[in-house]
Amino acid sequence: MRNQILKRGASRRQTASQSDRPSPRKSVTGVSQSKAYSSDKLASYWRHHRASCLDSLARLLAEPLQSLMTVLVVAIALALPVILLLGISNLQSLSGRMEASPKISLYLNVRARDQAVEQLRDRLSGLPDVERVEFISAQQALEDFQRSSGLGDVLASLSGNPLPAVLVVTPASVALDSVALSRLKTEFEQEAIVDSVNLDMDWVQRLQQIMLLSRKLALALAILLGLGVLLVLGNTIRLAIENRRSEIVVIKLVGATNGFVRRPFLYTGGWYGCLGGALAVVLVYLGYLFVQPAVLKLSLLYQSEFVLQGLGLYGAFKLLLIGAVLGLLGAWLAVWRHLAQIEPE
Amino acid sequence: MIKFSQVNKRYPNGQEALSGLSFDIADGEMVFLTGRSGAGKSTLMKLIMLMERATSGQVFVDGQNLNRMPGRSVPFHRRQVGVVFQDHQLLFDRSVYENVALPLQIAGFQLKEIGRKVRAALDKVGLLGKEKHNPIALSGGEQQRVGIARAVVNKPPLLLADEPTGNLDPELSAEIMQLFQQFNAVGVTILIASHDLSIVKRMQQRVLGLAGGQLVHDGLL
Repeated sequence: MRNQILKRGASRRQTASQSDRPSPRKSVTGVSQSKAYSSDKLASYWRHHRASCLDSLARLLAEPLQSLMTVLVVAIALALPVILLLGISNLQSLSGRMEASPKISLYLNVRARDQAVEQLRDRLSGLPDVERVEFISAQQALEDFQRSSGLGDVLASLSGNPLPAVLVVTPASVALDSVALSRLKTEFEQEAIVDSVNLDMDWVQRLQQIMLLSRKLALALAILLGLGVLLVLGNTIRLAIENRRSEIVVIKLVGATNGFVRRPFLYTGGWYGCLGGALAVVLVYLGYLFVQPAVLKLSLLYQSEFVLQGLGLYGAFKLLLIGAVLGLLGAWLAVWRHLAQIEPE
Repeated sequence: MIKFSQVNKRYPNGQEALSGLSFDIADGEMVFLTGRSGAGKSTLMKLIMLMERATSGQVFVDGQNLNRMPGRSVPFHRRQVGVVFQDHQLLFDRSVYENVALPLQIAGFQLKEIGRKVRAALDKVGLLGKEKHNPIALSGGEQQRVGIARAVVNKPPLLLADEPTGNLDPELSAEIMQLFQQFNAVGVTILIASHDLSIVKRMQQRVLGLAGGQLVHDGLL
């Protein structure tokens, strides 16, 4: 038993040293088998990478229509979620700039003295999170209410003014998220002359929830479409493997390693993914060009400085990379499933 | 070079292809393998090429126990065995030169060396002028010689041939056999499976006769 293990170890060492032995191997009979030097092997390894890379591209271009179909499928599947996500993040940045940003109303105690109100107003204006503070006196509030509600007669019959004076705080744009707003609200509630604070945050929260939800939906869609890309490319590569069955059998017979056999197919998948990603970038850009004039007109109408965000160079690069990775993965799946089944007979 | 000891091979469908087969082939020998179709000739070749593995018993090639060879070593084993097929297994989407160069590309030789070795091999089989042709444009005998050039281009110590003259007329067959003799003369161990007894007799070499998966003859015919 131990002897066997020793022998096995020895034979393994032998094969190992044979495969990277730099000098030609001499057999007992004097036949010297040709052996490639390891430096040549490395050079040849890279040469085969380059050859596989170019050859798989050439094969793609040899059947342009069929390849275009596959690339188009990949491109559409990649572009769709990207366009959705871009739209959502544009909406998000737009909502951040909206004029109707939330206002915080501070209802003041009726007995608060004018001087204290003046002091509070000045202090709040000095806060970094506050853009503007507006004072509405009790009298003014009553007049506004009479005008807008149409209940002027009823109000006139009251003995006094039931409405408190109000300080309306417009938060600075840095404090526009819900956390900062609630923090401001609790801060204002600490003030001695403030009776109650009203923050109309519902719409901010709702908008944020909707954005979050649509972002999640877009991501789920992206994952599903990504899976679709994997399957489409897997099938394409499977067909390519089927088409080259006899070649695979022959090169396996003359001693090709699995890596050698796999390489051209992995490159084919990589090319499909890369080209699909590139076309997806083009599609997204076309969509941008299509929508951009309308957005520009709209933002001019609103006198806003809103500019539509595109994919950007970094985004384009990422999309290309995602395409390439999906292509490689799809090819791996196909190669792993189908190449092992092709054995010489 | 080749040693079979008590080798059995049963296929998953229950067919017993080889049973209790034992023989030795020394370095530099030239041996013929005969028997009717179904006698186990092809299975024996497949075991040596590791296209199949023995159900029981031991197969040694060049001192290595093939039963113990892990899958990842199989390609490197195959590089030491040249094989000639009856249907020559050439690729018709590339030239004669590229067909012969295939084993060298796989083994990782330099381009310059590949060129030198391929031309030497084609010269030996007398096809130097046709390196740029597509093998489909060649005659049956020429195609077989391209197959032989591909099998020997890497100078393997062992050469297997499965019915190499199966589709050829007697004259061409004799030429092919001469080629094998020349390789044998420089020390290559050769095992040729053939059911063409007239040719086998004429070659005056050791013959292994198989019937029903068992060795029934060993020696001159």
